[in-house]
Amino acid sequence: MTHAVANPADDYAVKMSGIGKAFGAIKVLDDVSLDVRPGEIHALLGGNGAGKSTILKILRGVHKPDAGTLEVLGTRLIDHTPEESKRAGIAMIFQEMSLVPTLTVAQNIFLANELKTNSGLIDDETAAKRATELFKSLDVDVDPLAEAGSLGAGQRQLTEIVKAIAQKARVLILDEPSTALSAHDVEKLFAFLTKLKAEGVAIIYVSHRMDEIMKIADRATILRDGRHVITAPLAELTLDSIIEHIVGKQSRGLSGITREDTRRDDVLLELKNVSGPHKPIDLNLTLHAGEVVGIAGLLGSGRSAIARLLFGIDPKTSGEIIVAGKSAEFKSPADAIAHGIALIPEDRLRQGVVLEHSVADNISLSVLDRISRRGWISQQKWSDLAAEKIKSLKVKTSSAAAAVRTLSGGNQQKVVLAKWLASDPRIIIFDEPTAGIDIGSKSEIIQLIRDLARQGRAIIVISSELNELLAASDRILVMSDGRLLRDMHRNEFEDSTVRMHTAAGDMQFAERKLQTILQEVRNYG
Amino acid sequence: MAEAMTPSLATRLGLANWRQNIIYFGFVGIFVFFAVTLGHKGFLDSNNLLNIVRQTAPIAIMAVAMTYVLAAGEIDLSIGAVAGLASVAAAMAMDVGGVPLGILAGVATGLIVGVINGVISTRIGIPTFLTTLAMMGVAKGTSMWVSGTKAVPILSDGYNWFFGGGYVGPLPVLLFWMLIAAAIGHVVLRRTTFGRWVLATGGSETAARYSGVNTRNIKFKVLIISSFAAAIAGMLYAGRFQTGRFQLGEGDELSVIAAAVLGGTSLFGGKGTVVGSIMGALMIGLINNGLILAGLEFSQQLIARGAIIILAVAISQNRKST
Repeated sequence: MTHAVANPADDYAVKMSGIGKAFGAIKVLDDVSLDVRPGEIHALLGGNGAGKSTILKILRGVHKPDAGTLEVLGTRLIDHTPEESKRAGIAMIFQEMSLVPTLTVAQNIFLANELKTNSGLIDDETAAKRATELFKSLDVDVDPLAEAGSLGAGQRQLTEIVKAIAQKARVLILDEPSTALSAHDVEKLFAFLTKLKAEGVAIIYVSHRMDEIMKIADRATILRDGRHVITAPLAELTLDSIIEHIVGKQSRGLSGITREDTRRDDVLLELKNVSGPHKPIDLNLTLHAGEVVGIAGLLGSGRSAIARLLFGIDPKTSGEIIVAGKSAEFKSPADAIAHGIALIPEDRLRQGVVLEHSVADNISLSVLDRISRRGWISQQKWSDLAAEKIKSLKVKTSSAAAAVRTLSGGNQQKVVLAKWLASDPRIIIFDEPTAGIDIGSKSEIIQLIRDLARQGRAIIVISSELNELLAASDRILVMSDGRLLRDMHRNEFEDSTVRMHTAAGDMQFAERKLQTILQEVRNYG
Repeated sequence: MAEAMTPSLATRLGLANWRQNIIYFGFVGIFVFFAVTLGHKGFLDSNNLLNIVRQTAPIAIMAVAMTYVLAAGEIDLSIGAVAGLASVAAAMAMDVGGVPLGILAGVATGLIVGVINGVISTRIGIPTFLTTLAMMGVAKGTSMWVSGTKAVPILSDGYNWFFGGGYVGPLPVLLFWMLIAAAIGHVVLRRTTFGRWVLATGGSETAARYSGVNTRNIKFKVLIISSFAAAIAGMLYAGRFQTGRFQLGEGDELSVIAAAVLGGTSLFGGKGTVVGSIMGALMIGLINNGLILAGLEFSQQLIARGAIIILAVAISQNRKST
C-alpha cells in the first residue's frame, strides 16, 4: 500500500534519507542518504558490496528499507511495490531485462502503455510511427518493427532507454548502461542523456568507468561498505579523490595473507595471439606452474571471456593454445577438463553442490568411477576421500555425513572447491572466487588459492574485487575492451617511498594504484 | 521433414517465416491428398465436409482459449474433463430447473473450475501443469460421481438445436459457434491490451512485470477463459448428442494442444495465433475424418494423433532454437 503525502515545497526528484537495510544478520546499508535533483545527472559510485544496487532496489520498490524515508517528486513512498514506483515516475534500465523478446521493438516501447484507436483497440501503426520518430530524434538506428529478440546488445540497451522515455519517466536509473555499447553508441547515449537533463529528468548513473562519470555527471554520491561517504559536485572531485573515497582507509581483512614465491620454471599454459568470438582480442599469456595470475578489468573488459575461452565454452577463433608444451584445441568443456583445466564458476553454489546431500556425497560425486569397482562404490575409499578433502581444505563440518545445507556459506564454498579438486586439475581458473561470502571465509579461500599454487598448480583468478586480486596474485593482468594492456608484477604495486610499512597501509596503496590503472587504460589504451 | 531441420537453408531461400504458415500448406496438402485418394468414398461430399466442421467445433473453440493459455506460457490439461463435467452439470440442472438453469450450471462449472485452477496456480504458486493435471482427475471424478457414470438425457429440443444439433439452412449451428469464437479470440489477442499482455507475459514474464504488467492477473484470467471455453465445448457436445455424459470431451486436451501448436502457438509462450489454432483444429478433424473413411480403427486414429503432436512440438522447438 502506498500512502501519498503531498509535499510541494521540495525541489528534489528523489530524496532518500537515513536508509538502513539488513539481510539476516548482515547489514548492507546503514544511514545512507541519496538526493537527486530534477535536471541533473547524479553518479552513484562505490566498490563491489558498497550497497549501490541495494539502495537502487529500495528506490525501485524491490526491497523494503528497515529504516529511513523516501520521497519521489514530492510524494512520500512507504512500502511501495515496483508498479507503484513506476507510477511515481521512476524507470530503471536493467541489463536486457525489460524487453519481451517475442514482441516487436515498438510493441515493447509501449508495453503496458499501449496507444489505442478511438474504438479502444491497440494501434500498432501509430505506435510504430511514434517509435520511429523517437529513434530519429535521438539519432538512433533501430527498426521499430524488428522483434526485440533479434536486436544486438547495444540496440537493446538504447531501446530500453527509449522505452523509459516514452513512458514519461521523470527519474531514470541507469546501471552500467555503457558496457554493451560501442564508443560511438556511448556518444549517442550521452547526447541523449544531456537532452533529457535539459527537459528536467533526474538521472541516476551507476558506472565503474570514471572517465564517463567525469564527462557526464553533475554530482556524485559515493558509498563504501553500506555507508554514505560523500555527496559532492563533480567539479569538486578529482579522479584521485574519488578513488580514495571508494577504497577508503580501512583494511578489509585481506592484508594478512602471505605470498611466497612458489613459481616453478615449467610453463603449464601458453596463449599465442589468441582471439575469441568477440573478446578477448590477440591475447598473449604465459602461466607457470606454482603461479597465481590475477585478471583485472572493468565490467565488459573481457575478463570473463578469457575463462569461457580457456574452458572451451566459447572456443577461440584464432591463435594457439599450448598446454604443458603441447598445442591444444578446446572445443568443449570436456576438452578442457581432459587437459587438466578446471573452471570454478561464479555461480558455483547452484551449479556445484546438492545442498540436501552430505559433504562426503558431494565431494565424491564427480569421481565416483575412481572409488568404485564394477559399479560398487568402495565405502572405504569414499570415506577416505571425504576425510582427506575435509582436512586439507579445513572444511568446518560436524561430520562427513552432515548435509551441506547445514554448513556456513564459506564452508559450502569449500565443499564446492573440494569437489572440483577431487579430479586433480593442473590449471585452475577461479571466476569471482569470493562472490557473496563473508570476509573471514574470503581470506581462507584466498589462502587456499595460495596453497594450491604451492602444490605446483597454475592458477588464474578473475575478479572485480581489487583487494582480493592483490591478495592472491603474483602477477596482475589488466584488460580493457578485450585487450590485455598491462602485465604487472605484484611488486609494482608496492609503495617504495614509505619507510614504515603496515600490511593494511600497503594493501590500501596497492588497491588505489590498481584502481587508477584500471581507469587509465580506458582513457589511453 | 528434411527442410524442417535445416533452418539456415530456409532462411537463405527467404522462407524464414515458412513455419508460421506451415499450417496452411499442411492443411491444403492433406485436403488435396484425401480428395484424390478418398474422393470415391465421399470425402468431398458437402455433407462430409460439414460433418468435419461439426466434429471439430468443440475442439476449435477450446483451441482458441488454449492459444491464450500457451501464449501466456502456461498450460491447461483439465479441459477435456471439464467439458465432460459441464455436460453432466448442464443436463442434470436442466432436468430439475429447465433450460436456463441448465445453461447457468454449465457455464458456472467452467468458471468455478477456472477460478480454482487460477487460485492454486497464481496464489499458491503450483505450476499449471500440475494444477490442471490434478484438476483433470477431480473434474472427471466429480462428473462420474454426480451422474453415477450414467448418461443424462436432454429432452429440450431448443437447447439441442442451439447447442450443437441445429442447422441454419444447410449450415450447422456449430459452424457459427466456431466462427464467433474465432473472431472474438482473434481480435482480443491481436488488438486489445489484454491480448498484448498475454503475449508479453509468455514472452518474458520478468520483462512484462518490470514494464508494469500484472502477470499473475493475466495468468489467472487465461485459466478462467480456458475453463469457460471447455464448459461451452462440453455443452455443445451435450446438445449434439442430446445427452450429458462424463466421457464427453475425454482426451480432448491432447487434440486441443496439438491444434494450437500446429497452428503456430509456442508451447514456450510469447507466440500465438487464434486463426492458426482454428486451422490446426480443422486439420486434426480432417485427418480423423480421412482416417475413418480410409477404414482405420479408433486405436489407429489415436496413434496418428499422437504422431501429429510429436511432429508439432518438434517444429515448435526448432523455431525456438533458430
